[in-house]
Formats: sequence, C-alpha cells, structure tokens
Amino acid sequence: MRLTDEERRIANGEKGEAPRLALSISMELGELFGAEEMMQVSQVHIDSSVYMVDAGLEFAERLAELGGRVAVPTSLNISAIDLERWEAYRVPPELLEKSRRMEKAYLKMGATPTWTCAPYQQGMIPRFGEQIAWGESNAIAFANSVIGARTNRYGDLMDICASLLGKVPKFGLHLPENRKAEVLIHLNGVSKEMFEDNAIYPLLGFLVGELAGDQVVAVEGVPQDVKVDNLKAFSAAAASSGAVGLFHIVGVTPEAQSLDMCLRGLRPKEILEITPRMIQDAEERLSIAKRKMPDLVAIGCPHLSFIEFTELVRLTKGKKINPSVTFWAFTSRTIYGWIKNCGILKDLADSGVMTFTDGCPLQYPHENWHFTVMMTNSGKCANYCYSQTGLGVVFGSLEDCVTTAIQGKIHRGNPPWRKY
Amino acid sequence: MEKILRGCCVVPGTCEGEVIATSQAISFWGGVNPLTGCINDPRHELFDQCISGKVLVFPFGKGSSTTSLIILELARVNKAPAAIINMRSEPILATGPIVSKHFYGKEIPVVTLEEEAFKMLKTGQNVAVNAQEGLVRIRDKL
Repeated sequence: MRLTDEERRIANGEKGEAPRLALSISMELGELFGAEEMMQVSQVHIDSSVYMVDAGLEFAERLAELGGRVAVPTSLNISAIDLERWEAYRVPPELLEKSRRMEKAYLKMGATPTWTCAPYQQGMIPRFGEQIAWGESNAIAFANSVIGARTNRYGDLMDICASLLGKVPKFGLHLPENRKAEVLIHLNGVSKEMFEDNAIYPLLGFLVGELAGDQVVAVEGVPQDVKVDNLKAFSAAAASSGAVGLFHIVGVTPEAQSLDMCLRGLRPKEILEITPRMIQDAEERLSIAKRKMPDLVAIGCPHLSFIEFTELVRLTKGKKINPSVTFWAFTSRTIYGWIKNCGILKDLADSGVMTFTDGCPLQYPHENWHFTVMMTNSGKCANYCYSQTGLGVVFGSLEDCVTTAIQGKIHRGNPPWRKY
Repeated sequence: MEKILRGCCVVPGTCEGEVIATSQAISFWGGVNPLTGCINDPRHELFDQCISGKVLVFPFGKGSSTTSLIILELARVNKAPAAIINMRSEPILATGPIVSKHFYGKEIPVVTLEEEAFKMLKTGQNVAVNAQEGLVRIRDKL
C-alpha cells in the first residue's frame, strides 16, 4: 500500500504505539483486499464495546493504556449489561466489573457513550454517500442499504483501529463499483395482504441473507411504503443469516430507485425467488421450541425506536404481563429518555414490562435468571438465541409476543403465508 | 499420492492437521462456543462438532461482526482452528487471524481456494497448509 508521509510516521511509531498497531492491522487487511491506499472516514461505530470474552477487554485496555485516542467521532454499540440498572438486571459482580472496565477503556479513548446497536435512529446519523467505518452487522447493513452511507463489514477490533486512525483501507463497499447488485430476488406470490403483518420483514430478511450469502443483493416486490423499523428488522435478520453488508430494495432504498439503477445496467449473476411457502418454512426453522410456552419475552433486537415503543404501549396499556412470564424491552439511553418524558415508560412498568438500556437479550446474565424458552419478534434474535443463550425460541409478531405474555399461554397468530 | 491445491494467501502461516469441512457459511459469534471451540448453531450441519486444532473448511463467513473477536478469543485460549480455508474470506473473518498475529503473536493461517479445489477438501483428510504460498497439500492416498 502507498502511505502518505503522515501515515509513514504512524507506521514508524512516531505517533505512539496505539496508532502504529492500528495501522499495521489495517494495512494487512487492506493488502489482503487489494487496497492501494488508506482513506478518510468521518465517523466510526464500535461493536467491540460489549464485554464478552477477555480478548476484547485485553485489546481495548491495552490500546487505552498506550494512549490511544479516537481520531473521528466514535459511537459505541451495546454493553453486555444495563450499566445503570444492573441490579434489576441481576448482573453478577465479575460481569459488572469487566463491563465497567470496558466502559472506562472506551471513554478514556474518547468514544461517545451511545451504547446502542441502532445508532442510525438517534445520535450520529451519517448522510447518503458518507464514508464511514461501522461495526455491528445490523447497523452496517442498515447504514449501507437504507441510508446509502458507505462502509465495509468491519469486525470487532478492526473497528477500534479505524477509530484511532480515522482511516480505513480503501476497498470493497467504500467504492461505488462494488455496490451494484449481483443477485436478484423476486418475491413470487407474496401478496400485499402479507405485508400488513410486520413479522414478514424479519422472515424475508432471514431468507434473503441465506440466499445472498456474501453477495450484494437486490429484492423486488416490497411495498414502497415500508416503514423504517421494518427495514431495521429486515436488515438485522439478513445480516445474521448471510454476510449481507448491502442490500437494495427496488423502489425503496436510495441506490435502487429502479432495478436498472442497482444493477448498473448489467445482468444479475443469479435470479432467485422467495415464495410464501419459504416464508412459512423460515418461521418454523427459527421457532426451534415450536409451541412451547415461553417464560421470557424479549424485544428490542435491534434496540427499540420511539415508534416501536408507541406500538408496544398501545398493545399493553391497562393490561398486565402474566406472572409466569418476564417481559424485557431493550433500547438506547436516548430513546429511554424520550419514553420517560412522555409517560410511556411508566405505563409499561405498570403493565409489568421491564425496560433496559445498553444491553442485549442475547447477552443477558443467564446464571441469575432461569428461563427455558424465549419468544421474540426479532429474526436476528431468534436466529442466534439458542447458540448465545441456550434457550429454546419461538418467533412471533409483536402482537403474538404481547398476547402470549399477557395470557400466559402461547399465542401464535395466523399470518397469511401459513396458508401455503 | 499427494494432491496439491493452489490458492491465495489471506493470512500467512503453516500447519498440518485434520480437515473438518462444510458447505455452509459460519458466523463465529452465535455459531462457535468461545469456551470449547464447538459449533453451537443448531441449524448448522456441524452442530456440536469441535473445530479446535482442525483445518476448518467453509465457503465464507456470515452474520455477526463479533466473529473477529471470537476468533481472537479462541486463539487466546488455544482453541482456535489450526487453519481456515475459504472460497472467499470477508473482512470480518480475516480480522480475527490478523489481530491474533499482531496482538498475541499466534498464527491462524488462512487460505482461499477456487470452488473446484475447495470442493476436493473432505472431513477427515490430513492436509498440510502453507498459507504464504497459498498451498494446501492433501496427504491422504487418493
């Protein structure tokens, strides 16, 4: 790779050991993908902020000790816990201590304590075409696809390197020529009526990720009035079942105002389809606990938006969560402030919904909670639930989740794709 | 008779080991238990099998951006695969072995192969990997 004079000084260690290490890692990645130079990014979203394993803590603490400082505005993904309500979340002392150390290391390096996996719904939202370096698979796919900002799928550790340098190697989805769709997916027989059930979006996302693998994909047949939160759910599921960094939805996402636009006038390498039968099958594959009664209902994967909270409170207001069920809602500190100010938080608490910030239902302190089955409306959460928590899982719409939690009896509605 | 497969170096290093192969993508976070090195995604065909010390063959990565951290942790606790062989290694996947080399001085060689060569690798084969040269030698008699 060609380095600028300043980069050469960093490589020689003249700017300290932290940027030197960050640059050598970045250059090795860049050379591997054929990058010829480094390029500036305007902001970074760090996924590595969650304490999960000691390697992540050792890496962050080392860089902080070496005097590492963020070079561009940097937001943080989730924590392993709710850093404020850790008692109610029953966080064991060791996890609390290590999450606090993680917090300290990142704040010392100058990161912003956003603590959210939905950084595109408040805070430092990038604009169309902006060059950024984001971690967190759902956020990467959302930023690239729905906003049209440009980032590669940056993994943990590389995201910190990008932040300390304010630069990344120039390759992949940063370059317009790599953003065209290679795979085209038609929705075949998926009627307008089916889109009235929000649960279709995470299921479609899950299927699109499986079909697209690591290629840029275009999907045709999604209604133009699809809501942002539906795209969020789609994006999160697609980026869990595939290596999806960028998807186009024809007529919806900014780089796909027409099919031709996202194909850049070329033919797709592959044309595939999704049928109602496949949607039903995806729902069954995700619900490994079938119809077992959940003792945990968890929503907010990715973190709930304010609009999603208004929907939740509409469904729960004046009702009580059944004592046999624990109901968790996860969100960011920003949205938490909004729902507190307008009374939603109190209404939810009165119904028995526990609202947490910072954390993630896939990372909860399982040693102090004794659940067997989780129900969720998130395709991403359902996909990873067993491997991350050991719990059985039932996927359902938000309405199904709330009805189940209130009745204390499993409720799965009858969405139109089940008729196939 | 030895069979030599030629591909590209992703992360340098050499090793010899037993192949564990799958045609399905892997997300290390939500797919591999970082304490044991075993596949814990119940929908994966390698579910419950251990990848530690093996030459792990899968087409490409998928899913979580925490994959790189899980690979680093597997290296830290000496439960990492001996080598990784892909058709395509995306940035998230490559980051784990790269950081592992720079931060812990531990090698996890990574090689990519074209589809035809990739498909010649089968579970149970004994192979020697020389990532710098992009070479994978199948030791077993054919």
